[in-house]
Amino acid sequence: MLNTVYRLVEPRRIEAEFCDIDITENEVLVRPTYLSICNADQRYFQGQRSSKVLREKLPMALIHEGIGQVIYDPKGEFGTGTRVVMIPNTPQEDDDVVAENYRRSSIFRASGSDGFMQDIVAMRRDRVVVLPDWIDERVAAFTELVSVVYHAIDRFCKKAHSRQDTIAVWGDGNLAYIATLLLKNRLPQSRIIVVGKHEYKLKDFVFADETYTIDSIPAELSVDHAFECVGGAASSAAINQIIDYIRPEGSIAIMGVSEENVPVNTRMVLEKGLSVFGNSRSGVEDFKNLIAFYEENPTVVDYLKKIVGEIIEVHTIDDMVAAFDSDMRKKGGKTIMLWNK
Amino acid sequence: MIFGAILAGGVGSRMGNTDKPKQFLHIGKKPILIHTIEKFIINDRFDAIIVLCPAEWVSYTRDLVDKHLPENDVIVIEGGELRNDTILNAIKYIEDNYGLDDDTVLVTHDAVRPFVTHRIIEENIDAVLGGRACDTVIPASDTIVESKDGEIISQIPNRALYYQGQTPQSFKAKRFRELYNNLDDAGKRELTDAAKVFVVSGDPVALIQGETFNIKVTYPYDLQLAETLLGGDK
Repeated sequence: MLNTVYRLVEPRRIEAEFCDIDITENEVLVRPTYLSICNADQRYFQGQRSSKVLREKLPMALIHEGIGQVIYDPKGEFGTGTRVVMIPNTPQEDDDVVAENYRRSSIFRASGSDGFMQDIVAMRRDRVVVLPDWIDERVAAFTELVSVVYHAIDRFCKKAHSRQDTIAVWGDGNLAYIATLLLKNRLPQSRIIVVGKHEYKLKDFVFADETYTIDSIPAELSVDHAFECVGGAASSAAINQIIDYIRPEGSIAIMGVSEENVPVNTRMVLEKGLSVFGNSRSGVEDFKNLIAFYEENPTVVDYLKKIVGEIIEVHTIDDMVAAFDSDMRKKGGKTIMLWNK
Repeated sequence: MIFGAILAGGVGSRMGNTDKPKQFLHIGKKPILIHTIEKFIINDRFDAIIVLCPAEWVSYTRDLVDKHLPENDVIVIEGGELRNDTILNAIKYIEDNYGLDDDTVLVTHDAVRPFVTHRIIEENIDAVLGGRACDTVIPASDTIVESKDGEIISQIPNRALYYQGQTPQSFKAKRFRELYNNLDDAGKRELTDAAKVFVVSGDPVALIQGETFNIKVTYPYDLQLAETLLGGDK
């Protein structure tokens, strides 16, 4: 079957191309319904990745956060119309030690392979997870992003020492909002504080125990552990500020992506005996665990509705470009494409 | 009930250097017809998919479908002389095998338009279920020039009002047959298009937004274009 794929062929230019889907294969065919734009997509769209990366990866369909409806399952395991979240990571080998999202052999959608901007997406059957009926589709659209945070907290729980009285989140964007919300619900005994740049954004973190702007942190503040959710050009400043305020032997979970190498005050990392660990992407178990967590904590989904930004209905390629442009202009929140292409 | 009728009636006379009807030529690893059928197979709103082709190609088409789509329940039958005869054959088959009522929906589609999308098919079905026949179109991109004698322009209509017809064209099967049978022989010969049967009879026909790439593979150039459009997996 000739499937239409809307690929970014060069920065800001999306074109319809085609791939052949073999419907006799074992894959589940999913019609995308709600697709959520991630900063990683935006970096490709705006041409902010290096020219070498762009040359290697484009043309490629963007978007790795999205949900859809099953339209065809040759095995009949998933009924037609079943709402599913699509998992962008596709592992190619088993490994008892290294998680699927860190294996170098894994294929990730919208980073070397086509993302979800397609007429129909052929998904390996272990790469779709059924969504509960009650969940808001706009929130479900960015399940992948939330699962990344869920995964990072799992790793934190395995790696960090047990004194977790105060945990800080650095950042005030969507990732920081989700991290704070999940930490507050998963580690209710801990005091969760947020350190961000913008006062107006921090006001939305109503579930945090305390919030501070980066230039008004009380001198006496110290935290047991921290999550860095800043990324970009401010990564270095954020990580080094964390190093200043974290107590000895604390753990720092790095979550923000930076295009450039980041200078870090390693002297104090050494002196304080800190553990710094990276987190990226997520795997099928994280999606399943997150959805079970939503079922047990439906109020979390209500809080996540607050970061649903603009919903843009997509009928044409121009609408796709408009969605990315709108996402660029936003002050906060997740831009969602209602996929009617 | 909802039926898909894939019209593979052409004998491919316009395609150069090929002895097979154009729906049997390959794009990528599969014949064009198979690509098109697959678009219908994956839409479970269809109760049956009927492929109509010239009598001499029925066995070949049957074998081809079975080879590429094991365990399929696609029906392959003979088409008619003209496009609308072919559609009537589909309706007759439906009547004989499933029964025909006022609500029987027929989605007709050219076998040689394999790039049709899921959305286009869905919107066709929805339009007919909503009570209207429909035609898939895109806005005309070239200026349309009318000449009554083939030598001198008689009119250049306002392009903004014109669209290029694609397929699917979809409608209530029984209504189509009623309207078509009401036409005299001259009218039947003149009407090469299913949507026109409704239009000349005064039944409204809704527009469904097509796609520029929903091309009809007619000329060798189209086949080359189609191969180029198939950019490969990524």
